[in-house]
Amino acid sequence: MKDTLALLQKFNAHPDSRCWYVAWNPKGTLLASCGGDRAIRIWGREGDSWECKTVLQDGHQRAVRKVAWSPCGNYLASASFDATTCIWKKKNDDFECLTVLEGHENEVKCVAWAPTGNLLATCSRDKSVWIWEVDEEDEYECVSVVNSHTQDVKHVVWHPTQELLASCSYDNNVCVYKEEDDDWECRATLEGHTSTVWGLTFDPSGQRLASCSDDRTVKIWKECQPGGTDTAWKCVCTLSGFHGRTVYDIAWCPLTGALATACGDDGVRVFKEDETADPDQPVFSLSAHVPKAHSQDVNCIAWNPKEAGLLVSCSDNGEIAVWNYQSEV
Amino acid sequence: MSVGTRLENANPLIFQRTGERLQTAKDEDEDVADPIDDREIFDLIRSINDPEHPLSLEELNVVEQVRVRVDDQENTVGVEFTPTIPHCSMATLIGLSIKVKLLRSLPERFKIDVHITPGMHTSEDAVNKQLADKERVAAALENSQLLEVVNQCLISNARTS
Repeated sequence: MKDTLALLQKFNAHPDSRCWYVAWNPKGTLLASCGGDRAIRIWGREGDSWECKTVLQDGHQRAVRKVAWSPCGNYLASASFDATTCIWKKKNDDFECLTVLEGHENEVKCVAWAPTGNLLATCSRDKSVWIWEVDEEDEYECVSVVNSHTQDVKHVVWHPTQELLASCSYDNNVCVYKEEDDDWECRATLEGHTSTVWGLTFDPSGQRLASCSDDRTVKIWKECQPGGTDTAWKCVCTLSGFHGRTVYDIAWCPLTGALATACGDDGVRVFKEDETADPDQPVFSLSAHVPKAHSQDVNCIAWNPKEAGLLVSCSDNGEIAVWNYQSEV
Repeated sequence: MSVGTRLENANPLIFQRTGERLQTAKDEDEDVADPIDDREIFDLIRSINDPEHPLSLEELNVVEQVRVRVDDQENTVGVEFTPTIPHCSMATLIGLSIKVKLLRSLPERFKIDVHITPGMHTSEDAVNKQLADKERVAAALENSQLLEVVNQCLISNARTS
Protein backbone atom coordinates (compact mmCIF):
# COMPACT_ATOMS: atom_id res chain seq x y z
CA MET A 1 0.00 0.00 0.00
CA LYS A 2 1.92 3.00 -1.26
CA ASP A 3 -1.09 5.15 -2.06
CA THR A 4 -2.40 7.67 0.41
CA LEU A 5 -5.80 8.74 1.60
CA ALA A 6 -5.34 12.09 3.35
CA LEU A 7 -8.08 13.66 5.44
CA LEU A 8 -8.83 17.17 4.18
CA GLN A 9 -11.77 17.99 6.38
CA LYS A 10 -14.28 16.49 8.78
CA PHE A 11 -17.49 18.22 9.76
CA ASN A 12 -20.68 17.43 11.61
CA ALA A 13 -23.41 17.33 8.99
CA HIS A 14 -26.36 15.81 10.86
CA PRO A 15 -25.90 16.52 14.58
CA ASP A 16 -27.19 13.89 17.02
CA SER A 17 -28.21 11.74 14.12
CA ARG A 18 -26.96 9.42 11.43
CA CYS A 19 -25.64 10.67 8.16
CA TRP A 20 -27.00 8.00 5.83
CA TYR A 21 -25.82 9.17 2.44
CA VAL A 22 -23.98 11.80 0.41
CA ALA A 23 -24.14 12.60 -3.32
CA TRP A 24 -22.14 14.98 -5.53
CA ASN A 25 -23.91 17.08 -8.13
CA PRO A 26 -22.72 16.33 -11.69
CA LYS A 27 -20.41 19.36 -11.76
CA GLY A 28 -18.83 18.27 -8.49
CA THR A 29 -19.45 21.67 -6.90
CA LEU A 30 -22.18 20.74 -4.45
CA LEU A 31 -22.63 17.85 -2.07
CA ALA A 32 -26.03 16.76 -0.78
CA SER A 33 -26.26 14.83 2.48
CA CYS A 34 -29.23 13.22 4.22
CA GLY A 35 -29.87 11.52 7.52
CA GLY A 36 -31.93 10.30 10.41
CA ASP A 37 -32.86 13.89 11.34
CA ARG A 38 -35.18 13.96 8.26
CA ALA A 39 -33.14 16.77 6.74
CA ILE A 40 -31.22 17.17 3.51
CA ARG A 41 -28.28 19.56 3.54
CA ILE A 42 -26.50 21.06 0.56
CA TRP A 43 -22.80 21.74 1.05
CA GLY A 44 -20.50 23.93 -1.01
CA ARG A 45 -16.80 24.70 -0.80
CA GLU A 46 -15.86 28.13 0.54
CA GLY A 47 -12.11 28.45 0.16
CA ASP A 48 -10.67 25.65 2.25
CA SER A 49 -13.78 24.69 4.13
CA TRP A 50 -17.23 23.29 3.50
CA GLU A 51 -20.28 25.35 4.28
CA CYS A 52 -23.92 24.40 4.50
CA LYS A 53 -25.69 26.32 1.72
CA THR A 54 -29.24 25.16 2.31
CA VAL A 55 -31.21 22.86 4.55
CA LEU A 56 -34.19 21.11 3.00
CA GLN A 57 -36.59 20.35 5.80
CA ASP A 58 -40.28 19.52 5.97
CA GLY A 59 -40.11 17.35 2.87
CA HIS A 60 -40.16 14.09 4.79
CA GLN A 61 -41.79 12.76 7.94
CA ARG A 62 -39.12 10.16 8.63
CA ALA A 63 -35.40 9.51 7.98
CA VAL A 64 -34.09 10.42 4.53
CA ARG A 65 -32.16 7.36 3.41
CA LYS A 66 -30.64 8.44 0.09
CA VAL A 67 -30.43 11.38 -2.28
CA ALA A 68 -29.63 11.58 -6.01
CA TRP A 69 -28.97 14.45 -8.43
CA SER A 70 -30.44 14.49 -11.92
CA PRO A 71 -27.82 14.37 -14.72
CA CYS A 72 -28.47 18.06 -15.47
CA GLY A 73 -27.88 18.96 -11.83
CA ASN A 74 -31.12 20.97 -11.53
CA TYR A 75 -33.10 18.39 -9.61
CA LEU A 76 -32.52 16.42 -6.46
CA ALA A 77 -34.51 13.33 -5.51
CA SER A 78 -34.75 12.13 -1.91
CA ALA A 79 -35.86 8.66 -0.76
CA SER A 80 -37.35 8.37 2.70
CA PHE A 81 -38.52 5.83 5.27
CA ASP A 82 -41.86 7.72 5.09
CA ALA A 83 -42.54 5.68 1.89
CA THR A 84 -42.24 8.70 -0.42
CA THR A 85 -39.68 10.18 -2.78
CA CYS A 86 -39.48 13.97 -3.06
CA ILE A 87 -38.29 15.78 -6.16
CA TRP A 88 -36.63 19.11 -5.44
CA LYS A 89 -35.97 21.74 -8.10
CA LYS A 90 -32.98 24.01 -7.79
CA LYS A 91 -33.80 27.71 -8.02
CA ASN A 92 -30.65 29.82 -7.81
CA ASP A 93 -29.32 28.89 -4.37
CA ASP A 94 -32.56 27.47 -3.08
CA PHE A 95 -34.59 24.33 -3.62
CA GLU A 96 -38.34 23.87 -3.76
CA CYS A 97 -40.23 20.63 -3.45
CA LEU A 98 -41.74 20.08 -6.87
CA THR A 99 -43.55 16.85 -6.35
CA VAL A 100 -43.89 13.87 -4.03
CA LEU A 101 -43.84 10.40 -5.56
CA GLU A 102 -46.07 8.02 -3.67
CA GLY A 103 -46.92 4.39 -4.19
CA HIS A 104 -44.45 2.25 -2.27
CA GLU A 105 -46.00 0.37 0.63
CA ASN A 106 -43.22 1.15 3.07
CA GLU A 107 -39.69 2.58 3.39
CA VAL A 108 -38.13 3.81 0.16
CA LYS A 109 -34.48 2.77 0.35
CA CYS A 110 -32.96 4.32 -2.75
CA VAL A 111 -33.55 6.56 -5.76
CA ALA A 112 -31.50 6.94 -8.96
CA TRP A 113 -31.75 8.89 -12.24
CA ALA A 114 -31.11 7.35 -15.63
CA PRO A 115 -28.29 8.98 -17.67
CA THR A 116 -30.79 10.78 -19.95
CA GLY A 117 -32.66 12.23 -17.00
CA ASN A 118 -35.98 10.98 -18.41
CA LEU A 119 -36.29 8.04 -16.06
CA LEU A 120 -36.07 7.62 -12.33
CA ALA A 121 -35.96 4.38 -10.34
CA THR A 122 -36.97 3.86 -6.71
CA CYS A 123 -36.82 0.74 -4.56
CA SER A 124 -38.34 -0.17 -1.24
CA ARG A 125 -38.63 -2.57 1.63
CA ASP A 126 -41.87 -3.64 -0.09
CA LYS A 127 -39.55 -5.72 -2.38
CA SER A 128 -40.37 -3.77 -5.53
CA VAL A 129 -38.47 -1.53 -7.94
CA TRP A 130 -40.47 1.25 -9.61
CA ILE A 131 -39.51 3.00 -12.84
CA TRP A 132 -40.85 6.53 -13.28
CA GLU A 133 -40.96 8.57 -16.47
CA VAL A 134 -40.45 12.33 -16.37
CA ASP A 135 -41.92 14.59 -19.07
CA GLU A 136 -41.11 18.19 -20.06
CA GLU A 137 -43.74 19.55 -17.70
CA ASP A 138 -42.00 17.96 -14.73
CA GLU A 139 -44.78 15.40 -14.44
CA TYR A 140 -43.81 11.98 -13.10
CA GLU A 141 -45.59 8.81 -14.07
CA CYS A 142 -44.87 5.29 -12.89
CA VAL A 143 -44.31 3.19 -16.01
CA SER A 144 -43.33 -0.11 -14.43
CA VAL A 145 -43.28 -1.97 -11.14
CA VAL A 146 -40.87 -4.90 -11.06
CA ASN A 147 -41.08 -7.55 -8.37
CA SER A 148 -38.01 -9.67 -9.05
CA HIS A 149 -36.62 -9.58 -5.54
CA THR A 150 -38.07 -11.68 -2.74
CA GLN A 151 -36.96 -9.28 0.02
CA ASP A 152 -36.24 -5.65 0.91
CA VAL A 153 -34.52 -3.88 -2.03
CA LYS A 154 -31.56 -1.85 -0.77
CA HIS A 155 -30.12 0.01 -3.74
CA VAL A 156 -30.69 0.89 -7.38
CA VAL A 157 -28.13 2.21 -9.87
CA TRP A 158 -28.30 3.05 -13.58
CA HIS A 159 -25.70 2.19 -16.20
CA PRO A 160 -23.51 5.27 -16.93
CA THR A 161 -24.69 5.59 -20.55
CA GLN A 162 -27.44 3.06 -21.29
CA GLU A 163 -30.96 2.57 -20.04
CA LEU A 164 -29.95 -0.43 -17.98
CA LEU A 165 -30.83 -0.63 -14.30
CA ALA A 166 -29.38 -2.76 -11.50
CA SER A 167 -30.75 -3.36 -8.00
CA CYS A 168 -29.60 -5.32 -4.96
CA SER A 169 -31.44 -6.78 -2.02
CA TYR A 170 -31.70 -8.38 1.40
CA ASP A 171 -32.40 -11.58 -0.63
CA ASN A 172 -28.59 -11.65 -1.38
CA ASN A 173 -29.10 -11.11 -5.13
CA VAL A 174 -28.46 -8.44 -7.72
CA CYS A 175 -30.95 -7.95 -10.59
CA VAL A 176 -30.34 -6.25 -13.93
CA TYR A 177 -33.32 -4.77 -15.81
CA LYS A 178 -33.98 -3.61 -19.36
CA GLU A 179 -36.99 -2.25 -21.15
CA GLU A 180 -38.84 -4.76 -23.29
CA ASP A 181 -41.95 -3.76 -25.25
CA ASP A 182 -42.77 -0.81 -23.00
CA ASP A 183 -42.28 -2.85 -19.89
CA TRP A 184 -39.28 -3.26 -17.65
CA GLU A 185 -38.06 -6.79 -17.05
CA CYS A 186 -35.41 -8.44 -14.96
CA ARG A 187 -32.96 -9.79 -17.54
CA ALA A 188 -30.35 -11.24 -15.24
CA THR A 189 -30.14 -12.33 -11.60
CA LEU A 190 -26.63 -12.27 -10.17
CA GLU A 191 -26.30 -14.88 -7.46
CA GLY A 192 -23.21 -15.37 -5.33
CA HIS A 193 -23.31 -13.19 -2.24
CA THR A 194 -24.23 -15.09 0.93
CA SER A 195 -25.94 -12.19 2.72
CA THR A 196 -27.59 -8.80 2.07
CA VAL A 197 -26.16 -6.86 -0.87
CA TRP A 198 -26.00 -3.20 0.21
CA GLY A 199 -24.34 -1.33 -2.63
CA LEU A 200 -23.69 -1.38 -6.35
CA THR A 201 -21.55 0.65 -8.73
CA PHE A 202 -20.81 0.42 -12.45
CA ASP A 203 -17.26 0.83 -13.70
CA PRO A 204 -16.62 3.89 -15.92
CA SER A 205 -17.20 1.87 -19.12
CA GLY A 206 -20.39 0.27 -17.82
CA GLN A 207 -19.17 -3.22 -18.71
CA ARG A 208 -18.70 -4.26 -15.12
CA LEU A 209 -20.63 -3.93 -11.92
CA ALA A 210 -19.22 -4.09 -8.38
CA SER A 211 -21.38 -5.13 -5.43
CA CYS A 212 -20.72 -5.05 -1.69
CA SER A 213 -22.39 -7.11 0.98
CA ASP A 214 -23.05 -8.04 4.57
CA ASP A 215 -20.99 -11.16 3.79
CA ARG A 216 -17.95 -8.79 4.00
CA THR A 217 -16.95 -9.28 0.39
CA VAL A 218 -16.96 -7.25 -2.78
CA LYS A 219 -17.77 -8.95 -6.07
CA ILE A 220 -16.97 -7.78 -9.58
CA TRP A 221 -19.46 -8.88 -12.27
CA LYS A 222 -18.84 -8.68 -15.97
CA GLU A 223 -21.36 -8.60 -18.77
CA CYS A 224 -20.83 -11.33 -21.28
CA GLN A 225 -22.98 -11.80 -24.34
CA PRO A 226 -22.84 -15.40 -25.42
CA GLY A 227 -24.41 -14.67 -28.81
CA GLY A 228 -27.91 -14.16 -27.48
CA THR A 229 -29.80 -10.93 -26.84
CA ASP A 230 -30.17 -11.59 -23.15
CA THR A 231 -27.78 -9.96 -20.77
CA ALA A 232 -25.62 -12.40 -18.86
CA TRP A 233 -23.33 -11.39 -16.06
CA LYS A 234 -20.75 -13.51 -14.31
CA CYS A 235 -18.68 -12.95 -11.22
CA VAL A 236 -15.09 -12.49 -12.33
CA CYS A 237 -13.52 -11.48 -9.02
CA THR A 238 -14.29 -11.66 -5.28
CA LEU A 239 -12.44 -9.44 -2.81
CA SER A 240 -12.58 -11.26 0.50
CA GLY A 241 -10.60 -10.94 3.70
CA PHE A 242 -10.30 -7.17 3.52
CA HIS A 243 -13.36 -5.99 5.45
CA GLY A 244 -13.97 -6.59 9.16
CA ARG A 245 -17.74 -6.09 9.05
CA THR A 246 -20.60 -5.37 6.65
CA VAL A 247 -19.62 -3.38 3.56
CA TYR A 248 -22.34 -0.73 3.26
CA ASP A 249 -21.34 1.12 0.12
CA ILE A 250 -19.02 0.97 -2.85
CA ALA A 251 -18.04 3.56 -5.46
CA TRP A 252 -16.09 3.18 -8.69
CA CYS A 253 -14.32 6.43 -9.59
CA PRO A 254 -15.40 7.50 -13.10
CA LEU A 255 -12.10 9.34 -13.58
CA THR A 256 -9.43 7.04 -12.14
CA GLY A 257 -11.07 3.62 -11.97
CA ALA A 258 -10.23 3.33 -8.26
CA LEU A 259 -12.78 1.41 -6.21
CA ALA A 260 -13.66 2.69 -2.72
CA THR A 261 -15.65 0.99 0.03
CA ALA A 262 -17.51 2.13 3.17
CA CYS A 263 -17.46 -0.42 5.96
CA GLY A 264 -19.20 -1.15 9.26
CA ASP A 265 -15.75 -1.57 10.85
CA ASP A 266 -15.33 2.26 10.54
CA GLY A 267 -12.76 1.91 7.76
CA VAL A 268 -12.48 3.46 4.32
CA ARG A 269 -10.57 1.45 1.73
CA VAL A 270 -9.48 2.05 -1.84
CA PHE A 271 -8.71 -0.79 -4.26
CA LYS A 272 -6.74 -0.48 -7.47
CA GLU A 273 -6.93 -2.76 -10.45
CA ASP A 274 -3.86 -4.47 -11.83
CA GLU A 275 -3.85 -3.22 -15.45
CA THR A 276 -1.74 -6.15 -16.66
CA ALA A 277 -4.15 -8.84 -15.49
CA ASP A 278 -6.43 -10.83 -17.81
CA PRO A 279 -9.70 -8.83 -18.23
CA ASP A 280 -11.66 -12.01 -17.57
CA GLN A 281 -9.78 -12.56 -14.32
CA PRO A 282 -9.17 -9.06 -12.98
CA VAL A 283 -6.95 -8.56 -9.95
CA PHE A 284 -7.59 -5.81 -7.41
CA SER A 285 -5.27 -4.88 -4.58
CA LEU A 286 -5.88 -2.80 -1.49
CA SER A 287 -4.06 0.44 -2.22
CA ALA A 288 -5.12 2.63 0.70
CA HIS A 289 -6.84 1.97 4.01
CA VAL A 290 -7.83 4.31 6.84
CA PRO A 291 -8.89 1.94 9.67
CA LYS A 292 -10.64 4.52 11.85
CA ALA A 293 -11.90 6.84 9.15
CA HIS A 294 -14.88 7.61 11.38
CA SER A 295 -15.64 6.75 14.99
CA GLN A 296 -18.69 4.74 13.88
CA ASP A 297 -19.93 2.78 10.82
CA VAL A 298 -19.16 4.34 7.44
CA ASN A 299 -22.44 4.40 5.49
CA CYS A 300 -21.54 5.89 2.16
CA ILE A 301 -18.60 6.71 -0.06
CA ALA A 302 -18.65 9.03 -3.11
CA TRP A 303 -16.00 10.13 -5.62
CA ASN A 304 -16.18 13.67 -6.93
CA PRO A 305 -17.13 13.36 -10.63
CA LYS A 306 -14.81 16.16 -11.81
CA GLU A 307 -11.87 16.29 -9.41
CA ALA A 308 -9.85 13.09 -9.50
CA GLY A 309 -9.08 11.68 -6.06
CA LEU A 310 -11.55 13.82 -4.12
CA LEU A 311 -13.54 11.38 -1.99
CA VAL A 312 -16.28 11.89 0.57
CA SER A 313 -17.55 9.51 3.26
CA CYS A 314 -20.23 9.80 5.92
CA SER A 315 -20.95 7.98 9.15
CA ASP A 316 -23.44 6.93 11.82
CA ASN A 317 -21.99 9.67 14.05
CA GLY A 318 -23.46 12.31 11.68
CA GLU A 319 -20.09 13.35 10.27
CA ILE A 320 -18.88 13.84 6.74
CA ALA A 321 -15.20 13.42 5.93
CA VAL A 322 -13.49 14.74 2.80
CA TRP A 323 -10.42 12.81 1.61
CA ASN A 324 -7.77 13.22 -1.03
CA TYR A 325 -6.72 9.95 -2.62
CA GLN A 326 -3.32 10.03 -4.20
CA SER A 327 -2.14 7.14 -6.26
CA GLU A 328 1.54 6.54 -6.80
CA VAL A 329 2.01 5.25 -10.31
CA MET B 1 -48.65 -6.05 29.02
CA SER B 2 -50.49 -8.18 26.52
CA VAL B 3 -49.05 -8.92 23.12
CA GLY B 4 -51.20 -11.87 22.17
CA THR B 5 -54.25 -13.35 23.82
CA ARG B 6 -52.76 -16.80 24.26
CA LEU B 7 -49.37 -17.42 25.75
CA GLU B 8 -47.08 -19.47 23.55
CA ASN B 9 -45.24 -20.94 26.46
CA ALA B 10 -47.71 -21.00 29.31
CA ASN B 11 -45.49 -22.56 31.95
CA PRO B 12 -41.91 -21.49 31.44
CA LEU B 13 -39.14 -22.79 33.65
CA ILE B 14 -38.06 -20.09 36.07
CA PHE B 15 -34.42 -19.65 36.99
CA GLN B 16 -32.89 -18.01 40.00
CA ARG B 17 -31.58 -14.48 39.70
CA THR B 18 -27.92 -13.76 40.35
CA GLY B 19 -26.95 -11.55 43.25
CA GLU B 20 -25.61 -8.05 43.01
CA ARG B 21 -22.10 -7.53 41.79
CA LEU B 22 -19.62 -7.45 44.65
CA GLN B 23 -17.99 -4.07 45.12
CA THR B 24 -14.29 -3.95 45.85
CA ALA B 25 -12.14 -1.10 47.10
CA LYS B 26 -10.66 -0.82 43.59
CA ASP B 27 -14.08 0.04 42.18
CA GLU B 28 -14.02 3.28 44.11
CA ASP B 29 -10.52 4.21 42.94
CA GLU B 30 -10.82 6.75 40.13
CA ASP B 31 -7.24 6.13 39.02
CA VAL B 32 -7.82 2.51 38.10
CA ALA B 33 -8.86 2.03 34.47
CA ASP B 34 -12.14 0.15 34.54
CA PRO B 35 -12.98 -1.42 31.19
CA ILE B 36 -16.53 -2.56 30.54
CA ASP B 37 -16.74 -6.30 31.27
CA ASP B 38 -19.16 -9.17 30.63
CA ARG B 39 -20.81 -8.78 34.02
CA GLU B 40 -21.52 -5.11 33.38
CA ILE B 41 -23.21 -5.92 30.08
CA PHE B 42 -25.15 -8.74 31.72
CA ASP B 43 -26.35 -6.38 34.44
CA LEU B 44 -27.69 -4.06 31.75
CA ILE B 45 -29.79 -6.73 30.06
CA ARG B 46 -30.74 -9.20 32.79
CA SER B 47 -33.69 -7.20 34.07
CA ILE B 48 -35.26 -6.61 30.65
CA ASN B 49 -38.86 -7.83 30.85
CA ASP B 50 -40.12 -10.72 28.79
CA PRO B 51 -42.83 -9.51 26.39
CA GLU B 52 -45.22 -12.26 27.54
CA HIS B 53 -44.48 -13.05 31.16
CA PRO B 54 -44.05 -10.79 34.18
CA LEU B 55 -40.51 -12.14 34.44
CA SER B 56 -37.09 -10.90 33.50
CA LEU B 57 -34.99 -12.38 30.69
CA GLU B 58 -32.61 -13.65 33.37
CA GLU B 59 -35.37 -15.48 35.23
CA LEU B 60 -36.38 -17.20 31.98
CA ASN B 61 -32.73 -18.01 31.24
CA VAL B 62 -33.06 -16.12 27.94
CA VAL B 63 -29.88 -14.27 28.81
CA GLU B 64 -26.91 -15.64 30.77
CA GLN B 65 -23.63 -14.04 31.67
CA VAL B 66 -21.67 -16.81 29.93
CA ARG B 67 -23.34 -15.81 26.64
CA VAL B 68 -22.04 -12.25 26.82
CA ARG B 69 -18.71 -11.42 25.17
CA VAL B 70 -17.32 -7.94 25.49
CA ASP B 71 -14.00 -6.68 24.20
CA ASP B 72 -13.62 -3.15 25.50
CA GLN B 73 -10.47 -2.48 23.49
CA GLU B 74 -11.94 -3.74 20.25
CA ASN B 75 -15.23 -1.94 20.97
CA THR B 76 -17.30 -5.07 20.43
CA VAL B 77 -20.14 -6.58 22.42
CA GLY B 78 -21.68 -9.91 21.49
CA VAL B 79 -24.78 -11.26 23.17
CA GLU B 80 -26.42 -14.62 22.52
CA PHE B 81 -29.94 -15.09 23.78
CA THR B 82 -31.96 -18.28 24.09
CA PRO B 83 -35.69 -18.14 23.34
CA THR B 84 -37.69 -20.22 25.82
CA ILE B 85 -39.14 -22.33 23.00
CA PRO B 86 -37.69 -23.06 19.53
CA HIS B 87 -40.55 -21.46 17.59
CA CYS B 88 -40.98 -18.41 19.83
CA SER B 89 -42.57 -15.65 17.77
CA MET B 90 -41.22 -13.05 20.19
CA ALA B 91 -37.58 -13.83 19.38
CA THR B 92 -37.04 -10.79 17.16
CA LEU B 93 -38.71 -8.48 19.68
CA ILE B 94 -36.60 -9.85 22.52
CA GLY B 95 -33.42 -9.45 20.46
CA LEU B 96 -34.44 -5.93 19.51
CA SER B 97 -35.03 -5.03 23.15
CA ILE B 98 -31.56 -6.29 24.09
CA LYS B 99 -30.04 -4.35 21.21
CA VAL B 100 -31.90 -1.13 22.06
CA LYS B 101 -30.97 -1.39 25.72
CA LEU B 102 -27.29 -1.72 24.83
CA LEU B 103 -27.43 0.99 22.16
CA ARG B 104 -28.86 3.39 24.71
CA SER B 105 -26.54 2.43 27.56
CA LEU B 106 -23.14 1.93 25.98
CA PRO B 107 -20.76 4.51 24.50
CA GLU B 108 -21.31 4.93 20.76
CA ARG B 109 -17.94 3.36 19.91
CA PHE B 110 -19.31 -0.12 20.60
CA LYS B 111 -20.44 -2.47 17.83
CA ILE B 112 -23.29 -4.50 19.26
CA ASP B 113 -24.09 -7.93 17.85
CA VAL B 114 -27.15 -9.75 19.16
CA HIS B 115 -27.71 -13.35 18.06
CA ILE B 116 -29.81 -16.34 18.98
CA THR B 117 -27.85 -19.07 20.77
CA PRO B 118 -26.92 -21.47 17.92
CA GLY B 119 -29.43 -24.25 17.46
CA MET B 120 -32.04 -22.76 19.78
CA HIS B 121 -34.60 -21.39 17.32
CA THR B 122 -36.27 -22.69 14.17
CA SER B 123 -35.79 -19.35 12.34
CA GLU B 124 -32.42 -18.58 13.85
CA ASP B 125 -30.79 -17.29 10.64
CA ALA B 126 -33.72 -15.08 9.67
CA VAL B 127 -33.96 -13.52 13.13
CA ASN B 128 -30.18 -12.97 13.30
CA LYS B 129 -30.17 -11.35 9.86
CA GLN B 130 -32.99 -9.01 10.79
CA LEU B 131 -31.30 -7.98 14.06
CA ALA B 132 -28.01 -7.34 12.24
CA ASP B 133 -29.61 -5.09 9.60
CA LYS B 134 -29.16 -1.64 11.11
CA GLU B 135 -31.28 -0.03 8.42
CA ARG B 136 -34.27 -2.18 9.33
CA VAL B 137 -33.59 -1.71 13.05
CA ALA B 138 -33.50 2.08 12.49
CA ALA B 139 -36.77 1.95 10.54
CA ALA B 140 -38.38 -0.26 13.18
CA LEU B 141 -37.44 2.18 15.92
CA GLU B 142 -39.13 5.01 14.01
CA ASN B 143 -42.35 3.00 14.36
CA SER B 144 -43.97 4.44 17.47
CA GLN B 145 -46.09 1.36 18.23
CA LEU B 146 -43.13 -0.98 18.09
CA LEU B 147 -41.00 1.46 20.07
CA GLU B 148 -43.69 1.52 22.76
CA VAL B 149 -43.58 -2.30 23.03
CA VAL B 150 -39.77 -2.25 23.23
CA ASN B 151 -39.87 0.48 25.89
CA GLN B 152 -42.29 -1.61 27.93
CA CYS B 153 -39.77 -4.45 27.93
CA LEU B 154 -37.08 -2.03 29.05
CA ILE B 155 -39.00 -0.43 31.92
CA SER B 156 -37.05 -1.41 34.98
CA ASN B 157 -38.86 -3.89 37.06
CA ALA B 158 -38.96 -3.09 40.79
CA ARG B 159 -38.30 -6.72 41.74
CA THR B 160 -35.10 -7.01 39.75
CA SER B 161 -33.56 -3.58 40.16
